Amino acid sequence: MDYISNTPDDERIMLDRIGLRRMEDLAQPIPEKLRLKNFRVPSGLSELELKRLFLEKAKMNWDAALHSSYLGAGAYDHFIPSVVEHIVGRSDFYTSYTPYQAEASQGMLQAIFEYQTMIAELTGLDVSNASLYDGASAAAEAVLMALSIQEGRRKILISKTVHPSTRRVIKTYLSAQSVEILEIPYDPLDGRTDLTALKVLLTDEVACCVVQNPNFFGGIEEMAKIAEALHAKGVLFISVVYPISLGLLAPPGEYGADIACGEGQSLGNRSLFGGPYLGFFASRKEFVRKMPGRIVGQTHDEKGKRGFVLTLQTREQHIRREKATSNICTNEGLCALAASVYLATLGKSGIQEVADQNFQKSHTLSQRISKLHGYHQRFRAPFFNEFVVETQKGVSLLEKRLHQRGILGPLPLQEFYPELKGCLLFCVTETKTKRELDELIQVLGL
Amino acid sequence: MRPLLFEIGSKGRKGYSLPPLESPRKEVSSLIPPHLLRKKPPLLPEVSELDVVRHYTSLSKKNFSVDANFYPLGSCTMKYNPKVNEDVVKQIGFLNLHPYQKEETVQGVLEVLHDLEKILCEIVGVDAFCIQPAAGAQGEFAGLLMMHAYHSDRGNPRKKILVPDSSHGTNPASAALCGYEVVQVQSNARGRVDLEELRRLLDQNVAGMMLTNPNTLGLFENEVLEIARLVHETGGLLYYDGANLNPLLGMARPGDMGFDIVHLNTHKTFSTPHGGGGPGAGPVGVKKFLSQYLPTPRIVKEKDAFRIKNDYPKSIGKLTAFYGNTGVLLRAYAYIRSLGTVGLLRTGQHAILNANYLLKGLEAFYEVAYPEMCMHEFVLQATRQKENGVRALDIAKRLIDFGIHPPTIYFPLIVPEAMMIEPTETESRQTLDHFIEVMKTIAEEAEKHPEHFHEAPLSAPVRRLDEVWAARNPVLKWEKKPREESPVATYSS
Repeated sequence: MDYISNTPDDERIMLDRIGLRRMEDLAQPIPEKLRLKNFRVPSGLSELELKRLFLEKAKMNWDAALHSSYLGAGAYDHFIPSVVEHIVGRSDFYTSYTPYQAEASQGMLQAIFEYQTMIAELTGLDVSNASLYDGASAAAEAVLMALSIQEGRRKILISKTVHPSTRRVIKTYLSAQSVEILEIPYDPLDGRTDLTALKVLLTDEVACCVVQNPNFFGGIEEMAKIAEALHAKGVLFISVVYPISLGLLAPPGEYGADIACGEGQSLGNRSLFGGPYLGFFASRKEFVRKMPGRIVGQTHDEKGKRGFVLTLQTREQHIRREKATSNICTNEGLCALAASVYLATLGKSGIQEVADQNFQKSHTLSQRISKLHGYHQRFRAPFFNEFVVETQKGVSLLEKRLHQRGILGPLPLQEFYPELKGCLLFCVTETKTKRELDELIQVLGL
Repeated sequence: MRPLLFEIGSKGRKGYSLPPLESPRKEVSSLIPPHLLRKKPPLLPEVSELDVVRHYTSLSKKNFSVDANFYPLGSCTMKYNPKVNEDVVKQIGFLNLHPYQKEETVQGVLEVLHDLEKILCEIVGVDAFCIQPAAGAQGEFAGLLMMHAYHSDRGNPRKKILVPDSSHGTNPASAALCGYEVVQVQSNARGRVDLEELRRLLDQNVAGMMLTNPNTLGLFENEVLEIARLVHETGGLLYYDGANLNPLLGMARPGDMGFDIVHLNTHKTFSTPHGGGGPGAGPVGVKKFLSQYLPTPRIVKEKDAFRIKNDYPKSIGKLTAFYGNTGVLLRAYAYIRSLGTVGLLRTGQHAILNANYLLKGLEAFYEVAYPEMCMHEFVLQATRQKENGVRALDIAKRLIDFGIHPPTIYFPLIVPEAMMIEPTETESRQTLDHFIEVMKTIAEEAEKHPEHFHEAPLSAPVRRLDEVWAARNPVLKWEKKPREESPVATYSS
């Protein structure tokens, strides 16, 4: 099946019009020597065969719709109201192009303008862009933006409690530049950024500091205290946040973050084995001309009617080329649309209720686990919906038992933090039922 | 226009439901110190499910899309997005897979992704692929970081990247992100890389050259082998910007032309939906001598199982948090498997056939920038029309009134009043004939009633929008009270 509309008759008429005889003649602009003689990919499939193939592969995977999952760590299993995927599945949205031609794209532009409004509201910051690739690359773009604002400062700080992948992506983004990256250790009892160590590292060479909240271990950081220490040295504060938690926790704008970004997958997007997700990105107003990515702005037409356009485009690569604020061309428009529909559907009360349920259910589980023999809470910091448990039972034995019962997770931390041998990261979202938690407790108690 | 979400709804209105808690409530402030909590709830909309559905349905109708409109948007390859590709991904077994599940619970998806990498190698003629980059521009960034790592291993990362003056804006922007100085290579009178100029610019400081082939003028760089020889002679690498791969499918391969690094845009060549500006995917492929630098993790086959491996000390690192845009890549795989060898070849051929047919039909009414056989796209110029005061922008806006998405305009930058047209292979001869008719009508109008054009579009939900005002007075979110300086009098629909 190749989706080509022209028939052999069409081919003949069209070839004739352009003065060629055979379809093979269409290769004329390609030098003979470069024309492919032997090309081998699998033969084409009919629609039915393709569906069978994908069903067969899908059946080999364990999907969280059929398996209890306690995995979080940057990708979350949240309930998605049906309305979200129905809207995103409208082909007027998903088969449209980037809205450069504003008059033909008012629907998407308005939806993104509303998305920007909701992200600004959720983060408590002034302005949001139209989204970036994912949370990790958004954090890297935030660091690049901070380096550009803080001209001359060539050191950056990252807390070790920031997601290991985010730290790796930031390092990759900076690898061809002369920037020194310093990691702030965490308090081994508390599981949060070590404030004393942070203060020692603060100098006037530091451009910015990246802290995640809740952090990779689920702990809620003392963001206001960190902000105060950073601003005293003129250091920009980049806060990486989990948007669902903002229904309950203080927003970045309130505690003095200069840039807030994070993984937006939890807002109405499936976990889908790592992507596509969206990186949301907001900052204080005065930095808007340094922002990466697309931004939608309100304007009016010649009759005075309100309309929306991509704006501040002189920041971008298609105008500025090598002088652009970023090389980004695509945002994650459709994922941002899903996030908007999700936030609109939940609304003011829903975001608080979802956050509360995550808090309630995860604390129920954590308290129940603490009562089991051979388990204890690794860190004493308050948490949102993820927490670290240390066990004397042997992680691989436990994993085997959980696997036998068809349970996904929790995540062993040793691979990411060698010092956290025997530690497991649990995530509990609103999707978990008491029955599932009972089963988990039973397996852990064996 | 439709009112904003924030302008509809009522206090206390809800559009969702959640099951009640099954355990006794815990007091939040007893477990989290109050200073860490939110004080005021976020002012999100308060709307019903029906409000949401009506709102977004109304917005969706104010949008052009491939499903509803012809989109001859040059260099964007707006081909049809097959429905089955949506269905096969949106099923249990893919949708709710967590990236940190144990390998044995995700063998099906790993097999598909691994096979996709293998097939992409065959399509473009390289030895290894990594599917992680989330978009073409990130693929470019990954490719240039590999170039940087390769040269650094040889003792000197080098300083410069060459790009043709017709290149996409992402090329120089990605090079700058890698710390490279960007040097532009002029095109010759035939719209190709000027070899004399290239020889003059090449030296030991050039890390490599980025090239799109066919280039953004829709012309095949027929001296590409000589370009590759020259770049390699001074120790540089040749980078393939895959934005225009579509017409080469089954007909020629960048790897055979001497390219060392390649990125692809699945949302162009492999039919994954553009989504109103993403998500895309930008897999990056390399020749064997560069494979150790690819981003990690890599998906490998060991005995009969697929594994996720991180142990590549020479790797440039990671671009996204996990493995890339899996959902997009699965659609690309579905597309490639549907087409197969014959379908891919026919795709390349029909992309060229449709473009040349359009070119032939339009050359009487518009100036052709480079009058010769093109590949998948070509560039017209509104220079004749401009004499009457009608610019490429005006023609673009007028096309909206005919229900056709405008072509790419004012790009490539080296062609004045450029209109870059790419029909893609999925359009029928009738659609192309209709477009020719419309463009002919517009050309006649431009001669007889040029004054009409400045009003266009007349049939869109809004008339021409003031982009200059938007950039000078940024209003980037809704606020309760309209700003005083805004000339928008009311917020009614």
